[in-house]
Amino acid sequence: MNDFMAARSQMALSLGFHIVFSCIGMVMPFFMAVAHFLWLRTGNVNYKNVAKAWSKGVAIFFATGAVSGTVLSFELGLLWPTFMKHAGPIFGMPFSLEGTAFFIEAIALGFFLYGWDKFNRWFHWVTGVVVGVSGIVSGILVVAANSWMNSPSGFDYVNGQYINIDPIKAMFNRGWFSQSLHMTIAAFAATGFAVAGIHALMILRKTNVGFHATSFKIAAIFGVVAALLQPVSGDISAKFVARTQPAKLAAMEAHFNTEKNAALIIGGVPDVKNKQVNYAVKLPGMLSFMIHGTTDSTVKGLDKIPVQNQPPVSVTHYAFQIMVALGMLMMGVGLLYLFAIFKKRDWLTKAWFLKIFVAATPLGFLAVEAGWTVTEVGRQPWIIQGVMRTADAVTPMPGIAYSFYLFTAVYFTLALAVIFLLNRQIKMVPVLYDVEPAKPAHA
Amino acid sequence: MMLYIVIGFLWVSLLIYLLMGGADFGAGILELFARETNKSQVRKTSYQAIGPIWEANHMWVIIAIVILFVGFPDVYTTVSTYLHIPLVVMLMGIIARGTAFAFRNYDAVKDRMQNIYNRIYVYSSFITPLFLGIIAGSAVSRKIDTQGTNFLDVYVYDWYNWFSVAVGFFTVCLCGFLAAIYLIGEVKEIDTKAYYIRKAKIMNTALTVWIIIIFWSAHQDNIPLTTWLFGNWISLATISCSVPAFVLLWVAVYKDKVPLMRSLAGAMIMMLLIAVTYSHYPNIVLFKDGGHLSLIQQEGPDKTITSLGIALLVGSLLILPSLFYLIYSFGKRRVE
Repeated sequence: MNDFMAARSQMALSLGFHIVFSCIGMVMPFFMAVAHFLWLRTGNVNYKNVAKAWSKGVAIFFATGAVSGTVLSFELGLLWPTFMKHAGPIFGMPFSLEGTAFFIEAIALGFFLYGWDKFNRWFHWVTGVVVGVSGIVSGILVVAANSWMNSPSGFDYVNGQYINIDPIKAMFNRGWFSQSLHMTIAAFAATGFAVAGIHALMILRKTNVGFHATSFKIAAIFGVVAALLQPVSGDISAKFVARTQPAKLAAMEAHFNTEKNAALIIGGVPDVKNKQVNYAVKLPGMLSFMIHGTTDSTVKGLDKIPVQNQPPVSVTHYAFQIMVALGMLMMGVGLLYLFAIFKKRDWLTKAWFLKIFVAATPLGFLAVEAGWTVTEVGRQPWIIQGVMRTADAVTPMPGIAYSFYLFTAVYFTLALAVIFLLNRQIKMVPVLYDVEPAKPAHA
Repeated sequence: MMLYIVIGFLWVSLLIYLLMGGADFGAGILELFARETNKSQVRKTSYQAIGPIWEANHMWVIIAIVILFVGFPDVYTTVSTYLHIPLVVMLMGIIARGTAFAFRNYDAVKDRMQNIYNRIYVYSSFITPLFLGIIAGSAVSRKIDTQGTNFLDVYVYDWYNWFSVAVGFFTVCLCGFLAAIYLIGEVKEIDTKAYYIRKAKIMNTALTVWIIIIFWSAHQDNIPLTTWLFGNWISLATISCSVPAFVLLWVAVYKDKVPLMRSLAGAMIMMLLIAVTYSHYPNIVLFKDGGHLSLIQQEGPDKTITSLGIALLVGSLLILPSLFYLIYSFGKRRVE
């Protein structure tokens, strides 16, 4: 493995893990706050137990999210010093604000985790909400910085010089809203489905049904609402990508030739050599329609992009297809859930219904990973779209492969440790949280 | 003007990280060197003392890093490139420590896994400040070789030298000392108090030894440390003030004046940081070839510095009151 590939792999690995930790750390506080609120309002101790149990999960994920985020802030320099040298002063604004948001989150978490029965109940509840809100704010800011790499603004690039730098313009680059919106909703959908799935499994196993049914309901509603909203933000994102990064869109769609009435390509195996997609379902005119609103408009294909500026087509295309497919699946589950709530209440406790949610546990996170692959791989060979190549940004330090192996080992160990700990949290529910049996929430 | 505000924030975040993060690292170091029978005592006290503010203590290093990469990108990228190896080791320490601390406190089952978390926690509590100190020492050791041609010169001897390593061990002792002083005030029983006083003495001795080694290694590595520390009025004044502060600190310990001993320990660290940073200010990285990176010449574009400064000012208005309230309310509750 050469140093360049090692650096890219290490970055991908770190982001891939951080994104899971941070999504959960960002969304779960909201679940916790809802349960906590219900306890304060109803006095039903079951809600308090759920809030307490989830807060342990939040603490574990906050810690892993915080350390993996710290690692990333160093890795930007360790792996991509040339990028940071020029980009730091331009796109750094969201990071400096994120520092504040993250700090507030850490402080609020201190109040929340250690503040049970020590403060005014509503003050304590508010600190939990602050954990969630500041988490969302930092997420949005970090994604805004990333979207600057996709749609750079706030500077002029003249003869290799970066001049007229305006960090505020850079922060509010053209992509910040669509990308942050898509990511935030994705975080809610992914975490909602993951948490709901785990609790559904426990209901199926008939352990602490009251506790898990309450948890399931809260998580599922968050996940379902997010999954149903996501296609809207996906559409906004796709239109944005088409405007600013036609090469990425072409790779996502494996759209080789510029044409009018461009077909939406679903699935298939891209054959880069012969510039065609085999075994795909093609919906004529749909791509043109989705991007420009009319079926006869022209969509730029890879043929209009110099070969040396083309992203890896297969990886981008597969990742995009996987993301969309998983999103659709989750939307389907979401619709089913709504149908059950309004028309068929008895489904909610049926084994087959719960099994669907168990099966859907990993879908959201797989979609998040696939989505990030589209964003990052689809931008290649650029680290700053159209300005700086990734290959020119890499550190001169040799032997990055060893660093990659080391980080791989660490992250996998960490992931195993987190799974191990969560498993023990769940096993201990009867002892620690579900002290008195309550009736199932859906009954 | 804004530039000086940004530099001020950078310095203050380093100071607070050294103080609060340092006491935090130190708690782990004390646990590492505690006898088997005392380990659980140290664990309990440090958990009570730092649990609620644990996450916040470690935000300061992130603030410092963000200030560097936004405001002084050359400094950030130079350090990241030439000190890649110690930075990676430090990061491993940060990962291991942060997660092990969370795991040992939030694992639902308390069994033999605790031994593993504890072990990871105490070793990483030692390694992280060691490499943090090595990195700080290397930045000014004049060993960073931008002209070098072989791997060892460019990426290893930058930090693997007497002076940097000595600064690393000094930092470890400093953290241990801070933690011991801090924890004296956290406990009530005479026996436990005496225990932490003993620890503070040991760390104090270790500190003295390492100060001597640092001067010796500076001499070995041709670093004009004596000129830096005694060659200008500011450094000379702070060094001279820290000596009586040190004596007073021990008086406060024996009279059990908790706020006084804490303030004096904090003031000493502050004076030490002033002395060592002022001596080559505004230069922050010194190269082997005599060149340097300066906070006043290598700063980012004006608009960046201005918005960074505003972000920091607004941020501190939000952060500082809530942080003080956090420390105050949990401090008060422990005393009750």
